[in-house]
Amino acid sequence: MINVLWFILIIAAFIVAACNGKVDLLTTAIFQAVEDSVNIVLKLIGPMSFWLGLMNVAQKSRLNEYIAEILKPIIKRLFPEIPEGDPASFAIIMNLTANILGLGNSATSLGIKAMQELDRLNNHSDKASPAMCTLLAINTSSITIIPSVIISLRAANGSSYPAAIIISTLFATGISTITALIFDRFFRVMKR
Amino acid sequence: MPEAIMLISSWCIPVIIIFILTFALLKKVKIYEQFTEGASQGIKTAIKIFPYLLAMLVAINIFRESGALDLMVRLIKPFTEKLNIPGEVLPLLFLRPLSGSGSLSYTAYLLKEYGADSYIGKLASTIQGSTETTFYIVAVYFGSIGIKKYRYAVTVGILADLAGFFAAAFICKLLFL
Repeated sequence: MINVLWFILIIAAFIVAACNGKVDLLTTAIFQAVEDSVNIVLKLIGPMSFWLGLMNVAQKSRLNEYIAEILKPIIKRLFPEIPEGDPASFAIIMNLTANILGLGNSATSLGIKAMQELDRLNNHSDKASPAMCTLLAINTSSITIIPSVIISLRAANGSSYPAAIIISTLFATGISTITALIFDRFFRVMKR
Repeated sequence: MPEAIMLISSWCIPVIIIFILTFALLKKVKIYEQFTEGASQGIKTAIKIFPYLLAMLVAINIFRESGALDLMVRLIKPFTEKLNIPGEVLPLLFLRPLSGSGSLSYTAYLLKEYGADSYIGKLASTIQGSTETTFYIVAVYFGSIGIKKYRYAVTVGILADLAGFFAAAFICKLLFL
């Protein structure tokens, strides 16, 4: 799937660029992207190290097991295959919290931590487990309650009420998350 | 109301950090040592993610720069105009799942051009705020643990993005038009 998708993006770009006589732009675009990816990874190292450090402290104090116990009902519903009281639940909860608060890089770091926990439960297979697909579905649909980045962008562009879009955003993000969860369940049953 | 939410949001992270550290100290965990041990995994994880991110960004960037994105916008414009969705926000439908910085800068352009309080401005803000950069998330999350078979994860992400876009168009028409 991903191999085909990747190829389609590249070949479509090449064909369209050739038709428009813009092939020279492709090389520039490639090396711009190369540079961007280095910058993104560099920006991610800080928050990721910080959260992985803090999560290690939580793990050593067994706090994650207590929290997993408390949040059992939610986790059980969303991720039925995670064993009761497994530390993976804590990482997932932290990821969801960071998402809700709209903390971009922290949410990504904690999401990766959660994926690593799920990878352990999946015996480090190279095939995504259903739990991984569900976590990914929630993350790609975004569950932000406070779209802080966009609110500051609106304020910077002279909006008289930058937070006016909170309600509409909440509605749209809710619909997209519900859609993601419904299809996730659908495929989970279909492709078993 | 929004102010209250913002206030909670700014308190949340510091409180979580203090709570985790205090709890661990009471449990006699050597917090400084454990923190640094965990943090040392950060760079390793970043290095693991890098090739996936690189592959994805290169494909997405040439797709955008070649004009293939504009072509897709032109193809579906007649259809979405019937739904009262202004053509100006249409590039976001394709840009949002592909590129976080790309869609953010396009939203910034729309806010500047049409005004943050205009209908287009509010709709673009809602779209930008309500979905995520699916391809980035997939590359980074699965890349970090070496998943090769993505199964249905990408399909679900794209369907969620579509739903988010049209939900944003629907609610903005109801609230702001």
